[in-house]
Amino acid sequence: MSTLEIRGLQVSVNTDAGAVEILNGVDLTIKSGETHAIMGPNGSGKSTLAYSIAGHPKYSITGGTVTLDGVDLLEMSVDERAKAGLFLAMQYPVEVPGVSVSNFLRTAVTALRGEAPKLRTWTGEVKDAMEALKMDPSFATRNVNEGFSGGEKKRHEIMQLELLKPKIAILDETDSGLDVDALRIVSEGVVRAKEANNLGVLLITHYTRILRYIKPDFVHVFANGKIVEEGGPELAEKLEANGYAEYVGS
Amino acid sequence: MSLLTTNYLTPTGREEAWRFTPLKRLGGLHDGTAKVGDRESLSLKNGAPGVKFERISRELAASPVDTDDVVIQRVREGAHNVATLTIAANTEVAETITLSRSSHGLDSAEFSRVRIELGAHARATVIMENTGDAFLAEDVEFALAPGSNLTFVSLQEWNTGSTHLAKHHAIVDRDATFKSITVTVGGSLVRLLPSVEFIGQGASCELLGVYFATEGQFFEHRMFVDHKVRNAKSRVNYKGALAGQGAHTVWIGDVFIRAAAEGTDTYELNRNLLLSDGARADSVPNLEIETGEIVGAGHASTTGRFDDEQLFYLMSRGIELSDARRLVVRGFFNEIVTEIGDAVIQDRLMDRIDCELAKAGS
Repeated sequence: MSTLEIRGLQVSVNTDAGAVEILNGVDLTIKSGETHAIMGPNGSGKSTLAYSIAGHPKYSITGGTVTLDGVDLLEMSVDERAKAGLFLAMQYPVEVPGVSVSNFLRTAVTALRGEAPKLRTWTGEVKDAMEALKMDPSFATRNVNEGFSGGEKKRHEIMQLELLKPKIAILDETDSGLDVDALRIVSEGVVRAKEANNLGVLLITHYTRILRYIKPDFVHVFANGKIVEEGGPELAEKLEANGYAEYVGS
Repeated sequence: MSLLTTNYLTPTGREEAWRFTPLKRLGGLHDGTAKVGDRESLSLKNGAPGVKFERISRELAASPVDTDDVVIQRVREGAHNVATLTIAANTEVAETITLSRSSHGLDSAEFSRVRIELGAHARATVIMENTGDAFLAEDVEFALAPGSNLTFVSLQEWNTGSTHLAKHHAIVDRDATFKSITVTVGGSLVRLLPSVEFIGQGASCELLGVYFATEGQFFEHRMFVDHKVRNAKSRVNYKGALAGQGAHTVWIGDVFIRAAAEGTDTYELNRNLLLSDGARADSVPNLEIETGEIVGAGHASTTGRFDDEQLFYLMSRGIELSDARRLVVRGFFNEIVTEIGDAVIQDRLMDRIDCELAKAGS
């Protein structure tokens, strides 16, 4: 049983015009097996929340705490956070030219497990994960995210989620840019990872459609750098009908 | 650019061709004060049917094309023999031909002339392995008869303290293909002048290279592609990494499309990765075009540092910073190193790149 606890998180980003405050005190607790959806308009700070928890150097933490099972994540380097059990599926996964998917995955799993996986078992694991996400076997020999379509990038993120077996996963707009079939395939992967590892999920999204496949236990509305309303799945239905108008400009 | 008439003047460092080169570190190769020995260090490691390697006295060897490089002029004056590798017409050599140079001794310079000739429709891969200590000035000429195909790999894996100046000039006839892969990872000062001269239609070349300079190393790659006939194609792609105080690389890509060279297709690219402060990469693509009737002509040059987004992505999967940097650098070079097509050499170079990176304290 794991718990990611975010308390009073304040984050700023440095711009040419000086530091700009983006998160204004976020409180959120995610436990193993739970799915939390964070919904909000563009520019509300949803992605900043995701990236600052993962440790992106662009963001400065100006206040608050983030702990995983009581251990301070904010003191850790990016790789240490991953080793502690955190995973971030990115909205825009980064191209790494000249590094093959199979090399990348093997390096990552070796780092996370502390030893190289047994080759035969690992090859089987990768093959199964790729088949489950309906990815062509040739995918493993391509360079990381290079020339991938939007859908391929997201499948690749979820494949990593299934293979690397984190405790808590943040999915940053994993649904964006996906057609209906790809959305279903990717969502099924998230549900498999939840069931297999009792994963806790923080699902950041703009739209409700992914919530048909990944049922949230809690829905949080995000606006102006903080959570402004919380509820159960019914809150998503309300947002679907009314939009974010009542939360913006407050 | 204009082709200078031959001069025999000692460079001062103000000439365009010498403006980046630290002349004081040439050991007198440029001004004639270097002590020159009579070493002939190049040897053939493996032969094959249709392949001949011999030393021909310079009076009997084919005349080289003119050069305006004073060091090469001195080499031609000083070297008695021309090491000549000949691949007979219509011969396809399946096995890689390896020439090896392990020239020991830094007390006197070696002047070396090499000629590699492919007969019509011959096909071969030649690797020139350079290891050990070198104080070497080298004039290599390639003559590709119509329809021939040569892949030439030159590996500069010299010991620290080596000085190596060379011209690699390819004369490429009709429908012939010249591909070169130049790797420079060792030596104190290496200055290579790869050049290509198309003399028949439908000829093509691909000049690829990688270099990695660390503390105090100077590596210069100055190419010249001369499109003087119609419908020839050239591609240039050099990638370099630099780390450490005083690491300095120079890449010059001169492409000249003459009035007669209609239908030319050319593109050149140089990318540099600066891995630390105190290193300097000069990169100058240069295109001179005398006709508009061409298929394409372009160039690009970039010099940058590690991409924070790439490192973040890799580290967010549990990979430590040093391993993430190693992956990115290997990946950066991978595109060109895999073109060598020899797993043993590729692995050796990738290991060397890891070592250079580790040495640079990443």
